[in-house]
Amino acid sequence: MEILISNSSGKPIYEQICQQIKSQIMDGTLSAGEALPSMRALARDLHLSVITVQRAYEDLTRDGFIETVSGKGSFVAAQNREFIQEEQLRIAEELLQKAASIGRTHGIPLEQLQKILKLFYEEGD
Amino acid sequence: MDDNNILVQGLCKRFDGFMLKDVSFCVPKGRIVGFIGENGAGKSTTINLILNELKKDAGEVTVFGRDHTDPTIKNEIGVVFDACNFHEVFTVKDVERVLSGVYPTWDNALFQEYLERFQLPYRRTIKSFSKGMKMKLSIVCALAHHPRLLILDEATAGLDPVVRDEILDLLLDFLQDEEHSVFFSSHITSDIQKVADYVVLIHQGQIVFEEEKDTLLDRYGILRCGRSTVLEPKDYIVRRETGVSVEYLVCDRAAAGKKYPKAVADAASLEDIMLFYIKGDASCEE
Repeated sequence: MEILISNSSGKPIYEQICQQIKSQIMDGTLSAGEALPSMRALARDLHLSVITVQRAYEDLTRDGFIETVSGKGSFVAAQNREFIQEEQLRIAEELLQKAASIGRTHGIPLEQLQKILKLFYEEGD
Repeated sequence: MDDNNILVQGLCKRFDGFMLKDVSFCVPKGRIVGFIGENGAGKSTTINLILNELKKDAGEVTVFGRDHTDPTIKNEIGVVFDACNFHEVFTVKDVERVLSGVYPTWDNALFQEYLERFQLPYRRTIKSFSKGMKMKLSIVCALAHHPRLLILDEATAGLDPVVRDEILDLLLDFLQDEEHSVFFSSHITSDIQKVADYVVLIHQGQIVFEEEKDTLLDRYGILRCGRSTVLEPKDYIVRRETGVSVEYLVCDRAAAGKKYPKAVADAASLEDIMLFYIKGDASCEE
């Protein structure tokens, strides 16, 4: 597992950990059943406070990406990757719908919106 | 109470010209608590009171759920002060002989392992040690009797970044056991910013705040604006004027940035926050 923390991105560190583990699960780098480092070990490796890592693991557990077995540690949850992707697609659709309706109401051409989306998609966040 | 290794409530101590007033905070199990404040704010006094090296005037201190005057707790605490307290003519071997007699739980094998890790020579006198080596020896000694609680008073002051980093490693190693805690005073806020779970700020003998570090770093911020932008008192914690602008410490930089779009909102480091509280014209505590 690889985690790269940026101290100047302005994004909370627990969110960075959470996102990177999620994307590694989604792209198959981490597979179901695989053990994650313990919260305390990860905090030591990254030189972070335990609470920061704990919060990331809690969010991952809440979203169903990992499972924590007390006394044994945390594992990548067995899950249907397609299902998760479908869920995410549904959320993206909702947001795009909102953008489309704002565009329609205020006369922003579709082309311009498409350009903006393309720009955002390609530059990452 | 079972979840705290240290619980301090209403601690008071009066000296000539200095007073520690109603100090309360806790050090939960499995956590690192950073204790910050300027020189003379009362950090060392608080630590000496917790260790019962100084007699308190009022208040309550429990360590591992027991009253801090209980003599048995000392065996379970490792303490490191900023100065190395071993006699200069001692060798590490002498120190080992003395301490293994003092602590019933002294672990020679562990001690040797740490000496090797930090490359501390066993047979040389402490007089020949550098400041960094002395400090490492102090910490190694504090850890070799298997404490559950580590208290460090300015242990990283005057050390170079490499040694400070090694010490942070040790602290995080120690914390792999979730029953353990570290209480760590320092005016080098960057060390605390890295590894602490909670931060306690003391100023003129009083606790200013006790807060989760992530909350401080992820939510607090500094708002800079011209004199024409005036923040409502409820929107900021401390206000400070520079020659060309006004700066505010705010506890929710995202909300403040939205509400006052003409201002620039930045994240605040622990050092910024400490400076604001201590040097800004404190106006309204939230």
